[in-house]
Amino acid sequence: MRKNGLLSLVYHAFFIAFILAPLVVVVLVSFTGKGYISLPTDGFSLRWFRAIGNATEFVAAFWLSLWLGLASATVAVVLAVPAALALVRYRFPGRGVLTAFFMSPLMIPHVVLGVAFLRFFSTVGVTGSFFWLALTHVVVVMPYALRLVLASATGLDRDAEKAALSLGASRLTAFRRIVLPLILPGVVGGWMLAFIQSFDELTMTVFVATPGTTTLPVAMYNQIAHTIDPLVASVSTVLIGGTLVLMVLLDRIVGLDRVLIGKG
Amino acid sequence: MASASTAAVLPRSGSAPWLLSAPALLLFLGLLVIPLALTAVLSFHSFDGTRGVLPDLTGRNYLEVFSDPYYHEIFLRTAGLALAVTLLSVLFGVPETIILSRMKAPWRGIFLIVILGPLLVSVVVRTLGWAILMGNNGLINAALQALGLTDEPVRLLFTMTGVVIALTHVLMPFMVISVWASLQKLDPQVENAGQSFGASPFTVFRRVILPQILPGILSGGIIVFALAASAFATPAILGGRRLKVVATAAYDEFLSTLNWPLGASIAVLLLIANVIVIAGFNRYLERRYRQVFES
Amino acid sequence: MTFLQLDQLGKTFGDFRAVESLSLHVERGEFVSLLGPSGCGKTTTLQMVAGFVEPTRGRILLNGTDITATRPEKRGMGVVFQSYALFPHMTVADNIGFGLEMRGMPRAERLRRIEETIELVRLPGLGKRYPKELSGGQRQRVAVARALAVRPEVLLLDEPMSNLDAKLREDMHVELRGIQRHLGITTILVTHDQVEAMTMSDRIAVMHGGRIVQLATPYEAYERPDSAFASTFLGKTNVLRGTVEARNARCCEVRVGDALLHVPHEARDFAREVNVYVRPEKVRLAPADAGSGVAGTVRTRLFLGNHWLIEVDSALGPVRVSHPNIGPVPPAEGDAVAVQWHDDDLRILDTEAIHG
Repeated sequence: MRKNGLLSLVYHAFFIAFILAPLVVVVLVSFTGKGYISLPTDGFSLRWFRAIGNATEFVAAFWLSLWLGLASATVAVVLAVPAALALVRYRFPGRGVLTAFFMSPLMIPHVVLGVAFLRFFSTVGVTGSFFWLALTHVVVVMPYALRLVLASATGLDRDAEKAALSLGASRLTAFRRIVLPLILPGVVGGWMLAFIQSFDELTMTVFVATPGTTTLPVAMYNQIAHTIDPLVASVSTVLIGGTLVLMVLLDRIVGLDRVLIGKG
Repeated sequence: MASASTAAVLPRSGSAPWLLSAPALLLFLGLLVIPLALTAVLSFHSFDGTRGVLPDLTGRNYLEVFSDPYYHEIFLRTAGLALAVTLLSVLFGVPETIILSRMKAPWRGIFLIVILGPLLVSVVVRTLGWAILMGNNGLINAALQALGLTDEPVRLLFTMTGVVIALTHVLMPFMVISVWASLQKLDPQVENAGQSFGASPFTVFRRVILPQILPGILSGGIIVFALAASAFATPAILGGRRLKVVATAAYDEFLSTLNWPLGASIAVLLLIANVIVIAGFNRYLERRYRQVFES
Repeated sequence: MTFLQLDQLGKTFGDFRAVESLSLHVERGEFVSLLGPSGCGKTTTLQMVAGFVEPTRGRILLNGTDITATRPEKRGMGVVFQSYALFPHMTVADNIGFGLEMRGMPRAERLRRIEETIELVRLPGLGKRYPKELSGGQRQRVAVARALAVRPEVLLLDEPMSNLDAKLREDMHVELRGIQRHLGITTILVTHDQVEAMTMSDRIAVMHGGRIVQLATPYEAYERPDSAFASTFLGKTNVLRGTVEARNARCCEVRVGDALLHVPHEARDFAREVNVYVRPEKVRLAPADAGSGVAGTVRTRLFLGNHWLIEVDSALGPVRVSHPNIGPVPPAEGDAVAVQWHDDDLRILDTEAIHG
């Protein structure tokens, strides 16, 4: 494999700068001491972080996004595990179609999903319900959970389960003691990825959000549409920090390349 | 013997996979298929300013979308945006991915995470960053003026240029993922073989490497194009009121004008276009590059 | 006393008949091998005995009880899989003790039994390791230990040594046989390696096309194969095509080329066109001018350590000779020789297809 020459490395540096620029700028701006968007050239200040405490709409939106993410990730994983086992262990007619169906939300523009869910909510009359909002998030994030659980389940040695049966374990015990521990990385990784996707989701949620069910990204979007001030930047910095933590965890458990690329 | 043990699954397998997938299947049928169906039906209703949505069946909305030059402009702008973003991501993403693949561990892994990590940060945050960078007093202009490249601030905010740049940033990781996956399948010995036969590095790239990663480039291009065409947040924040794309136009109809049937027809058209582009191109890719795609 | 009985077992997958009317009686403590090439149905048979595959026809009886419909977890068999199928997230000791846990054995007793079994398979001190830290040979022993720890009624081995290198495999043959004898466990081994089958078994069931074509002790199966398939699958043999010209009470006269061979027929029936079989080790080389035997020329001569493999072009066609490495070096390539044998070492069978 050829090595990278100087030209390549310079290009690479510019590319990385391009990738990081917006995020770095957001973080820097959040430390400004002034009352408007500016770089902290006069020294770093935490005033805009303290201001988060008073921004009740953002705080409420944060909690909503948190609970929403926890709920939808959990439900998504609970549904994905049996589905993944079904798809991996059995060869049955319709298996390909079923897999494609479960992955289909990835192919549907979130705008379309937002429109569809909005229409559904108003027809059924559940606009503003946290429960139904969570269910729509489950639909949107399940492909991410499913993909990771599938990867774990595919690598499972089928004979190990048969060995457990031959040694006297019941089907349930074999699942609990052998299958579950071995697919756990995929399950936990899938949960975390689903949580992140739910928390970050904007485009679809913007259609179905109500004053009582406003997620953090939606609240931030609404704010930015009005005026951009450093408060949004400091909230963003907190989010970036949280994402970094989750990324480290995700890397430890499943391996970040597995998560981001798939067949890593 | 292999066939015997893989076909011999635990007995009574007929209904088991369906029972296991039932919960997820029910949710998807109820909360994916039905809403989409309702939307399709909605797109055939008509809308009256005073009376609201009327549950009749007419193709008027589609007619309006296809005949009104206002919507022509929106569709053309969206297509142009998607095309520009795709070309830029190919142009800049492919070389970077190749450079990445030539790095040694741990740098390779580190930079891969740096490039792909932003996918895990909400698009609002990323777009906010660009909004800050692109303002008249923003960093980009400050840098350009400091370098003496311009006298007056360059308008980036609320221009298509700005939207293209920011959207390229948002979607670039998808191109990298696709090309990276393709590069991983390359046998490095093949490159050495090419050189041992006297080919210059450029020729090796053109005749040996490029054809093999072409499926990855095309596949990534499809994903980026589809995502760019249906993008909402970035065009909404950076494009402003006057530069509408398909997604923001649908949003307008639903949440401002309240002409839900029209909005639904826009959404349906976007969905159909998406499915055609993705599914169609994937099938074309698979057929054309079957020998390159290993199983 | 028949301990394990397979009664007309059959298994069909769609159109494919994997196992066809297979019957087998295994005595208590006996070691039986199912020997055959890939696709002969031996693994499917084992999976039916273990309970992982439901037979399409037939019954399985264990000590008189019909277990055909019993679930695998209730059959009390120990299975060693070809890939070992160890539990990667458990230590060696936990792997071995898993079956004991399932039986509700109290902890102290369990630990004792695990220790005993670890000693039995000679893996001292490795109890706390994880499978990925072990070599292939060690993993295989853990798999065997795990199956044996529960003192199963029947031990089922599915080509457990195919992933080991040759030397290790030979050692394991002897060791495993020793353990089996020591514990007296009724055992069924599935393998395509005839040396393995002959080393370890009390009886061999040669399988082909889903059926047992011969069931005999290793010596009987080797010396008196019933079919062309059995004679070429077990060991090497020379095949001489000929025509039966006369037949008396004990043997036939078969014309092969110019020569007339006297072959004991062992009261079998066959047509006029037959194959005469003689094993390479039963053929002797004699000087070309010796009175008896068939004349020929040495075509190739290979030295294999404990014997020479010599191919002779003779009047009967090419004849392979396995010449023990004792005494002087045998004739070189191109030399004239004569090949001789005892008539009693000749076998005769119909000219059927050898690879059916």
